[in-house]
Amino acid sequence: MATLYIDNKPYEVQAGKNLLETCLTLGLDLPYFCWHPAMGSVGACRQCAIKVFKDGDDKKGRLVMSCMEPVIDNQRISIKDEEAHEFRGHITEWLMTNHPHDCAVCDEGGSCHLQDMTVMTGHAYRRFQYKKRTHQNQYLGPFINHEMNRCIQCYRCVRFYKDYAGGNDLDVFASKGNVYFGRHEEGVLESEFSGNLTEVCPTGVFTDKTLKQHYTRKWDLTTAPSICQHCSLGCNIIAGERYGKLRSITSRYNGQVNGYFICDRGRFGYEFVNAPGRIRKPLINGQEADKEKVMQALAATLQRGNVIGIGSPRASLQSNFALKTLVGEANFFHGVSDKAHNLSALILRILREGSARTPTMMEVEKADVVFVLGEDLTNTAPMLALAVRQSALQQPLQEVEKLNIPLWNDAAARELMQDQKGPIFIVTTHATKLDDIATESLKMSPSEIAQLGFAVANLLDSTAPADQHLTPYVKNIAQKIADSLSAAKHPVVISGSSCGSEDIIKAAANISWALTKKNTQTGIVLTVPECNSLGLAMIGGRALSSALEAGKAGRAETVIILENDVYRHGVKSEVDEFLKTCAQVVVLDHTITETMHKASVAIPAGSFAESDGVLINNEGRAQRFFQVYEGHTEIQESWRWLLAMSMAMGNSTMMPWKNFDDITRAMVEAELLLKGVDQITPSADFRINGQRVPREPHRYSGRTAILANINVSEPKPPEDTDSPLSYTMEGMRGEPPSTMIPFFWSPGWNSVQSINKYQQEVGGALRGGDPGIRLFEPVEQGSVNYFTTVSEKFVSKEGQLLIVPLYHIFGSEELSARSLSVEQRVPEGYIMVSAKDAIALNVHEKQTLSFDIKGQQYQLPVRLSDTMPSGVAGLPNGLKGLPYVELPAWGILNRA
Amino acid sequence: MEKPLTQHIRADKRPLTLKEYEQVGGYEAVRKVLKEMDPKSVTTLVKESNLRGRGGAGFGTGMKWSFVPLNAPKPKYLVANADEMEPGTFKDRILLESTPHQLIEGMIVAAFAIQADIAYVYLRWAYKTAGHAITRAIEEAKSAGYLGKNILGSGFDLEIHLHTGTGRYMCGEETALLNSLEGKRATPRAKPPFPQVSGLFGRPTIVNNVETFCCLPHIINNGPDWFKQLSRTGDAGTKIYGVSGKVKRPGAWELPMGVTMRELIEEHAGGMQDGLKFRGALPGGASTDFLVEQHLDVKMDYTDVAAAGSRLGTGTLIILDDHTCPVGFVRNLEHFFAQESCGFCTPCREGLPWVEKILTSIDAGEGREEDLQLLNFHTKYLGPGNTFCALAPGAMEPLQSALKYFREDFERHIQDKECSYRGKEVSAVH
Repeated sequence: MATLYIDNKPYEVQAGKNLLETCLTLGLDLPYFCWHPAMGSVGACRQCAIKVFKDGDDKKGRLVMSCMEPVIDNQRISIKDEEAHEFRGHITEWLMTNHPHDCAVCDEGGSCHLQDMTVMTGHAYRRFQYKKRTHQNQYLGPFINHEMNRCIQCYRCVRFYKDYAGGNDLDVFASKGNVYFGRHEEGVLESEFSGNLTEVCPTGVFTDKTLKQHYTRKWDLTTAPSICQHCSLGCNIIAGERYGKLRSITSRYNGQVNGYFICDRGRFGYEFVNAPGRIRKPLINGQEADKEKVMQALAATLQRGNVIGIGSPRASLQSNFALKTLVGEANFFHGVSDKAHNLSALILRILREGSARTPTMMEVEKADVVFVLGEDLTNTAPMLALAVRQSALQQPLQEVEKLNIPLWNDAAARELMQDQKGPIFIVTTHATKLDDIATESLKMSPSEIAQLGFAVANLLDSTAPADQHLTPYVKNIAQKIADSLSAAKHPVVISGSSCGSEDIIKAAANISWALTKKNTQTGIVLTVPECNSLGLAMIGGRALSSALEAGKAGRAETVIILENDVYRHGVKSEVDEFLKTCAQVVVLDHTITETMHKASVAIPAGSFAESDGVLINNEGRAQRFFQVYEGHTEIQESWRWLLAMSMAMGNSTMMPWKNFDDITRAMVEAELLLKGVDQITPSADFRINGQRVPREPHRYSGRTAILANINVSEPKPPEDTDSPLSYTMEGMRGEPPSTMIPFFWSPGWNSVQSINKYQQEVGGALRGGDPGIRLFEPVEQGSVNYFTTVSEKFVSKEGQLLIVPLYHIFGSEELSARSLSVEQRVPEGYIMVSAKDAIALNVHEKQTLSFDIKGQQYQLPVRLSDTMPSGVAGLPNGLKGLPYVELPAWGILNRA
Repeated sequence: MEKPLTQHIRADKRPLTLKEYEQVGGYEAVRKVLKEMDPKSVTTLVKESNLRGRGGAGFGTGMKWSFVPLNAPKPKYLVANADEMEPGTFKDRILLESTPHQLIEGMIVAAFAIQADIAYVYLRWAYKTAGHAITRAIEEAKSAGYLGKNILGSGFDLEIHLHTGTGRYMCGEETALLNSLEGKRATPRAKPPFPQVSGLFGRPTIVNNVETFCCLPHIINNGPDWFKQLSRTGDAGTKIYGVSGKVKRPGAWELPMGVTMRELIEEHAGGMQDGLKFRGALPGGASTDFLVEQHLDVKMDYTDVAAAGSRLGTGTLIILDDHTCPVGFVRNLEHFFAQESCGFCTPCREGLPWVEKILTSIDAGEGREEDLQLLNFHTKYLGPGNTFCALAPGAMEPLQSALKYFREDFERHIQDKECSYRGKEVSAVH
């Protein structure tokens, strides 16, 4: 700690931080542009100038940039100093010489850091009389709009895009008063994190192009804290609505999960909610039907018995639990392929019973050695890839610290580190985007990946089983990885279900457990396919294959399918047959899927934006998403529909459940693994000074006019029976509990930068703690039971290729792929073949390869890979036109 | 009068070959440091000589070196700043073109002192002749065993590479030069950390000016006391001074440190051209404050020029005569600075073009009363410490002094809405 005198007032502050972050942590207002809490200081904008005094007698002092100066004990500084204040005003004046002052037509207006800082500096009259410089804007793809004339050259965009996120197609060009931030030529921004530019940019240069399609000012949005639905990491988001449409997704800071950022799938995948074809009323055999009538019909059906339920990895715990309760445990099927379920169950077991802890994503950023087995993180868990990218700097940063260069001095730290990275080891079936930071990146078949993993575990602890099939080359690599991991302070092993291999996951677990014996700081991160895959695994249920069998056996007269396109989890012919055998197919979903087309009763379920629910992310963190707005017409949460069905059929267990809190409490009582899930957020009756937390900011406008074309008297806003949030602008003012922040705002801070005001310290945890509850922590050492290796040596087969799954951030995930903007980024189906095999097969890039997997025929254009091992080929997972097939599997080549 | 740096330059400026250079005592200093001295004692000797950096800032060379951690692992780097782009400055060019071996010898001495193993000559792109001379000299020195592994059997290794810039003034700033040398944008770096700790590619690095390097062999051979006595003042050595503008014989001359401006203009440059009167001079290149008539007897060294309110800078005078418009003169300079701003920090990137626009408007007879206030505002707020590097503060030096000494010219432009110098200006003769 140190004492810092700011304008003659003493403060106890943390030594080593820079003066800007220190002032902001103390809650003092000091304008800035180029500094960012996640990216540190470079001193470019000169906006954060303050005075530093030698001692109490020094009255003159000198101007310094607060972001570039460390706290020194007993130092005297002044923010209010006349000269410093004036200088900050002039920085604004200079920045404005070329800024177009087009706030009225700028998407950023009203949530603009530049506006806020301009007001904060107090500079009001601009003396610049001459022509402004202008720039050409670029087409940057479906996500980001570019308006370079607004640029104030803070350099944050390129620092985020290149330095932080590892992109290489956005840069700064030219010089002097003409610097330009963009691509070398027009084109789609390649980074999977490009959407963060809209939040990193302090003004309206980079804005959300999807929001532009249905633009609304930030202050006119009804927003709620939510959880991203598009992978298993559970990034925190803020979802905003107006006029019954979901308009935008922004990052919601969580100091443990996603920090300041989210990926482009999470930001732009939301448009499936606004799909024009969504059903808004229940359908019976395709005909809209009255809700009561449907319930009566369903009650009759349900009372006849022989009802089974199929759950979903993308539905909330509450909805899955409600279905399970409605149909009874014995009739609840988990709704994912048996293989996927086994993988999730294995992962759950490792996390719950293993001795290694699973770190949060922000802890992964601090790992000093990372070993990735089998995961193409950029495409399966994008934000985890971003975290690993930061961890690659941990060891090089130790050198920076040794030279007493503060870590926030970003340019100096990067200069000293140069290209040093890692150690990061990545072993996958094909080249991944993260390979650019890897110390070693190897390409192997799934079984070879597992074997390498087992070998590493054995080298770390000889009691861990070894594998016999290793070549000297691989042994060598295994030794190198083992040495690195055991020398690390915070080693992290990352794997997951995307290879479809239990062995890889087991090998990863063995490594983490072997390490834990020596180093309790070891972490294991395992990704699962969907936003609630782990939650579904915790709720349990029977295998999907048994459901299909139950259908065949005539024990499934009625099937209730919860937010699940069963065709994505089972072989088409089998699912077809199953659905045919069921007399009644009741489908609850918010999205028109192939399964929905087969429904005899289709129920309009709420999407995440129209629902309350809890998801469990891959870390075992239970997180609540809040309803943003009430669904149109009869759209409501699946669990609410299920409660309505239970009422109609007189289910005594469920009858007393009226709202979210009731069902959550019942769930926690019934499901041992979910203990604590009811504690994530305050219950619905929580009030602050008798008031709810408003979903709308106090600046919300036009409320009385929204429905004026229908009725001039303003209807009563809906009452939220499920949460303490209100659907209005009325309610408490100030900072809500950290678990239920609908928007970040603070007086004078209208942009996303107001997050500073909600944190205990800048860049640290939210006041009141970061949201979410971790459901498992590692068990004591000694309970380790190493998995034994059963993997067989990979031998390629004549006339066959081992087909492994490939993933695409845009396309492999079901819901986001339906978003209009994301759709434009989804690739066509293809088969990835190694260059060596292509020669043997005599096929060229784009030429059609014909093969079949388990009887399913494929004819796909070839994509060549220089890195894929010979004998292995890759098939994209989940793309349109590529039906479900269990992978890895042997593909038999059809010779023409 | 001793002229150690330029004594062997031929009338036709052709560079000395290695053999010729050795015949006049070349590479003796290298032999001496490698065989008789240790790195620390070389630095001590240079400190004692009171050699101050000739690039413009005048920082003590030995002191600069002493911040390099001697025990740091290799590589360590040494860079000769030959990016001579200060308007009005052409002193290094003479040394580069005519005595390249002297530079290389100085670099070997400096590299030994800081135990650098890789060195670069960062050369201004336009200095083609110098480029050829240095390339050849490096080859010659390499074949003679002055460069490479185990130089003269001493166990000391050094390689020197020539790197040509692409013509940005910014690259004269040592940290921007290092970024440019790394292939990055030529933007300056914040200090600390200083290049001695984290310089080229994040390794300990020393950047010195060409003229500074050229002093070193002579200091080694003749000792610090000899070097000090070369000067007329407390700042040691000789200095290559230059004069440009409308004088009779513009040029550059090696003279004892501390000659006066009057001597330079009248004795060496032959006085003002007929019919023209001296109005002022920038004593050390474009980024220094004007000195005027009353300063003609100021001794041209670091201390005295600073006391007179300017900087010795590169020691090359740019003369303003009474037929040249001071507003246009400064406008031209500010155009240069605005164009050469790297665009990294706000005050420089946005302030300099604004200054240029104001001056252009005044020069064109479209100035307004409040323009002078705006110019004064820029000279105040583009000062040292407020901007990221010294470019904008340097750019303000001629402007602030012009506003002080030639204020009536600015005011007359605004009042008369025209430039009274139009038609009076004469072009330089040569």
